[in-house]
Amino acid sequence: MVVRWARCLICAVLALAALPAAAAELRIGLAADVTSLDPHFLNVAPNNDAAWHIFDALVHVDANARLIPGLAVSWRAIDPTTWEFKLRRGVKFHDGSDFTATDVVFSLQRPATLAASPGPFTGFVKAIVSTKIIDPWTLRFKTAAPYAMLPYDLDSIFIVSKKAASGASTEDFDSGKAAIGTGPYKLVRFARGDRIELARNDAYWGWPKGKPAPWDKVTLRILPADTARIAALLAGDVDAIENIPTADLTRLKSNPNFRLEQKVSWRTLLLHMDQYREHPPHLTDKSGKPLAHNPFKDARVRLAISKAINRRAIVERVMEGNAIAAGNLVSPPVFGHVAALKAESYDPEAAKKLLAAAGYPDGFAVTLDAPNDRYVNDEQLAQAIAQMLARVGIQAKVETMPASVYFAKARAGEFSFALLGWGSFSGDLALRALVATPDAAKGYGAWNWGHYSNPQVDALLTRDFATLDDGKREAVAREAASLALKDVPVILLHHQLASWAMKNSLAYDARTDEYTFARDFRPR
Amino acid sequence: MAAFIVRRLLQSALVLAFMSLLVFVGVYAIGNPVDILISPQADQADIARTIAALGLDRPLWQQYLIFVKQALAGDLGKSFAYNIPALQLVLERLPATLELALAATGMAVLLGIPLGLWAGLKPDSWPGKLIMTGSILGFSLPTFWVGLMLIMLFAVELGWLPSNGRGPTSLLLGVPVSFLSWDGIRHLILPATNLALFKLSLIVRLTSAGTREALLQDYVKFARAKGLSNARVVGVHVLKNILIPIITVIGLEFGSVIAFAIVTESIFSWPGMGKLIIDSINVLDRPVIVAYLLVIVSLFILINLAVDLAYSLLDPRMRLGAGQA
Repeated sequence: MVVRWARCLICAVLALAALPAAAAELRIGLAADVTSLDPHFLNVAPNNDAAWHIFDALVHVDANARLIPGLAVSWRAIDPTTWEFKLRRGVKFHDGSDFTATDVVFSLQRPATLAASPGPFTGFVKAIVSTKIIDPWTLRFKTAAPYAMLPYDLDSIFIVSKKAASGASTEDFDSGKAAIGTGPYKLVRFARGDRIELARNDAYWGWPKGKPAPWDKVTLRILPADTARIAALLAGDVDAIENIPTADLTRLKSNPNFRLEQKVSWRTLLLHMDQYREHPPHLTDKSGKPLAHNPFKDARVRLAISKAINRRAIVERVMEGNAIAAGNLVSPPVFGHVAALKAESYDPEAAKKLLAAAGYPDGFAVTLDAPNDRYVNDEQLAQAIAQMLARVGIQAKVETMPASVYFAKARAGEFSFALLGWGSFSGDLALRALVATPDAAKGYGAWNWGHYSNPQVDALLTRDFATLDDGKREAVAREAASLALKDVPVILLHHQLASWAMKNSLAYDARTDEYTFARDFRPR
Repeated sequence: MAAFIVRRLLQSALVLAFMSLLVFVGVYAIGNPVDILISPQADQADIARTIAALGLDRPLWQQYLIFVKQALAGDLGKSFAYNIPALQLVLERLPATLELALAATGMAVLLGIPLGLWAGLKPDSWPGKLIMTGSILGFSLPTFWVGLMLIMLFAVELGWLPSNGRGPTSLLLGVPVSFLSWDGIRHLILPATNLALFKLSLIVRLTSAGTREALLQDYVKFARAKGLSNARVVGVHVLKNILIPIITVIGLEFGSVIAFAIVTESIFSWPGMGKLIIDSINVLDRPVIVAYLLVIVSLFILINLAVDLAYSLLDPRMRLGAGQA
């Protein structure tokens, strides 16, 4: 009896030991919950990250946030209002069916059918007034006016299989029935709130040098709690994690069993200042009495605030070295970045002089609002800025709140001095959202909380979005950025660094857009 | 008995209705999910259209009436973030939370009553003193800290147990459970221990105090004088009499363990309801918040009902008459 038991045990142990050799697995800890695998339902980064594993878009973005061919091999404007996209031939969906132009047309129409989305993808296809299939691998999109941003927009629309996704609901994608893409991994199982199990798609067209990654199985674990994610890496329960808190970066750096990969992120931290109301909320003199005028309307005051902020101290102390000071709305690798625009230098004496010249020799009092769970060290950042402003005589009271409360209040205009973090594919998109004169009809200035307005900048942007040649457009975008930033429409602070930590045996091509892609991991 | 249960259920319906109204007003006052979830590239028209498509532009009373109408038809609405029915989402996570809570409660009861008895019977022995001192630690150490220490010790340093997550599940009577496989149990040990610690201490102290009190009672002295064995005196006469307060506490605490497993679930990335509710509050996913609270309140009501029924079984003096609701 005992012998038989022992034999069974040995067999079981051998069977278990044999498994790992046969199936190489990569386990990655993600920092935010993936709510759905329907790639057209909710446009938030964690969901898109998961979708990029299973699906492709016509246009991809490389590690430097520049556009590269995806399911489309090339695109060009054949006349001012018509874009022609040539599709990649020989691409197959996970179910073996061929990818053609009809799948693209279907995928572009599907977002509009999902009415119940709080973050829809419809904005990315609204410029297209009609679509024409020339042949199975050629598509023409007509826009109402010349529109340069179409290739950017099409980076955000995932291509699903028309055959598998016709009439499919979000549940069908979550169950895997409709989640048939052309991407590097096939969906095996989606356990909501827990994990996504994927199997390698050997037929993927985009493997570097045609060689698939060495892992035939990938598991994305959902580990939103920072401590849980780091413990999982340290304990060997996952092989790599994303989004490392700054406090743990130093510790991981000194641990020889693990490696870090970092890259400047596209996220820029900045402060908005109310420049449209005569008496914005929480803006008074130091005794609490209302001011005669709104000081933020004076460019000298805005420049003084910029000069009063010691960005080097913020980068070194608050961010513990994991950021770079910002002189642009977009970070260095991004389209439209102007290298000549440097971060404002720290000069409290000049700041005081500027304040005196503007008629505020004693400064004023204002509330600085910031979220406390949105950006890296956001609350500490606001505290540090308030202390720096105190040195030039501006009394800033810091108020922080969770993002769920913060953004509703910001949109309702309850802040006059507020922190915002922003990521854009390109400088002109950032300008349009952050500093263009708010205009609902044109879609300008949707996030311009301070209502900075400069008609020249608006005119340049209008020209920019109608310039279909990328080289010329980048020149216009740079001109617009240089012109706007001269006025200090917002206070630029820093660009965050995105971080990944992994086992010593792994390497990762760190990305400016902060996405974590299993296909970009490789053994070292 | 039947009248008692009917009256209880009617009261519960009122509580549920009030609860849903409270959540509605609360979430409405904070803001709306579109502001948090919409793409940064969306312009003003996109935002307005999206808010209108979700019906969030209507006045609060209209939104609530629509909700009530649908809820009476059994539909609590779809989650804004997950796009699947909110109730389904909550119930899908319920087994994981229940499994954790039951494992923790089981640990607390199976360890707590014997340890408490020991400490109550031999308060001056060194194991008795050790147990009572240990229970003070169990009370006073914060759950999240203990959880982190458990992970650091048993997962990171020793590597004996996984640091987080739930093991593979298999179906038991149609419910996915993880405790049927060794891997599943390995995943369960640390979070269940973490969650059990506080309750374990509570039960130890309750049992020990009850035992010490009971030992002085006349019926125990009489039983001993009658020459009954020590095992029978303790196991039947003492234990049965101290069990009523313990059952009350276990019942009440079981509800709170389910509702407040949030901390343990977050630290151990346990895919239960607690993790879901935190995520949902962060994005103001109102249907999920409402569904979660309704489920929790219903659980509390059921547990209290079960406790009341358990009383009447343990103590024949407590009859659940119609006039005693």
